[in-house]
Amino acid sequence: MMQQITLQHILLLSTALFFIGVFGLLTRRNMIAILMSIELMLNSVNINFVAFNKYLYPEKLDGVFFFLFVITVAAAEAAVAIAIIIHLYRYNKQIDVSETEEMRY
Amino acid sequence: METIVFYGIALFIFITGILAVTARHIFRAAIWLLFALMGIAALYFWMDLNFVAAVQIIIYVGGIVVLIIFSIFLTQQSGQKMAQSSLLQYIFSIAAVVFGTAFIGSIIARFYFVESHVVMNTAVENIGAQLMSVQQYGYALPFELVSILLLAAMIGSIVIAMKQKTKIKNS
Repeated sequence: MMQQITLQHILLLSTALFFIGVFGLLTRRNMIAILMSIELMLNSVNINFVAFNKYLYPEKLDGVFFFLFVITVAAAEAAVAIAIIIHLYRYNKQIDVSETEEMRY
Repeated sequence: METIVFYGIALFIFITGILAVTARHIFRAAIWLLFALMGIAALYFWMDLNFVAAVQIIIYVGGIVVLIIFSIFLTQQSGQKMAQSSLLQYIFSIAAVVFGTAFIGSIIARFYFVESHVVMNTAVENIGAQLMSVQQYGYALPFELVSILLLAAMIGSIVIAMKQKTKIKNS
């Protein structure tokens, strides 16, 4: 008999997903790829919000609202980041973070 | 049965997530990211939160991933492999990730959560009524704030990405 899925299983899954995102953030050098890693991390946070809401406080809905607000802020962040990346590409002809060093120091 | 479905979804998210951050072609990485986000939506369906899953699919899969793919078309020579970091950076990143996962995982595994067994009422009607409510525990003010944030982000990204009249000095 397999054991019942509890909150802990879901939290472990979201932890793994968060650190996959951290790995991408640390090793990628392309700006769009870094943005994708950040999206993965935000998604793991969303899983946490929804799972806490569902398993600990099912009579309330606050986790679902925070999920909605996080998604909205993530969409705004992605739009601004992509606008900056496109502008940078026009200026520099590449979007590699290690070769974009005009404002360094 | 539910347990097996959960493990299947978890494995799917895990594998597609790892592929999304390690694929050498950026376009393939974007497609793997799309699958990972679909897997997360499946997890919400598994938790019986249909509205949340629908929002996840519409905004992430239909919106953000499409935006990312378009920006890949605008800024990359497709078919080219991405530049890689140095081996030392890979080793330290893997060490940091393993340490972090083990640390947080051990805390979670030791913590005792008191789960409630009330069935959650996830009717869309309920969510909408509380989201637009101005009574106590209503979310009308954050809702309006977030809509202003979205408007500002939209105008800001248009202004940033606009072509400038003056010629940009090329380095």
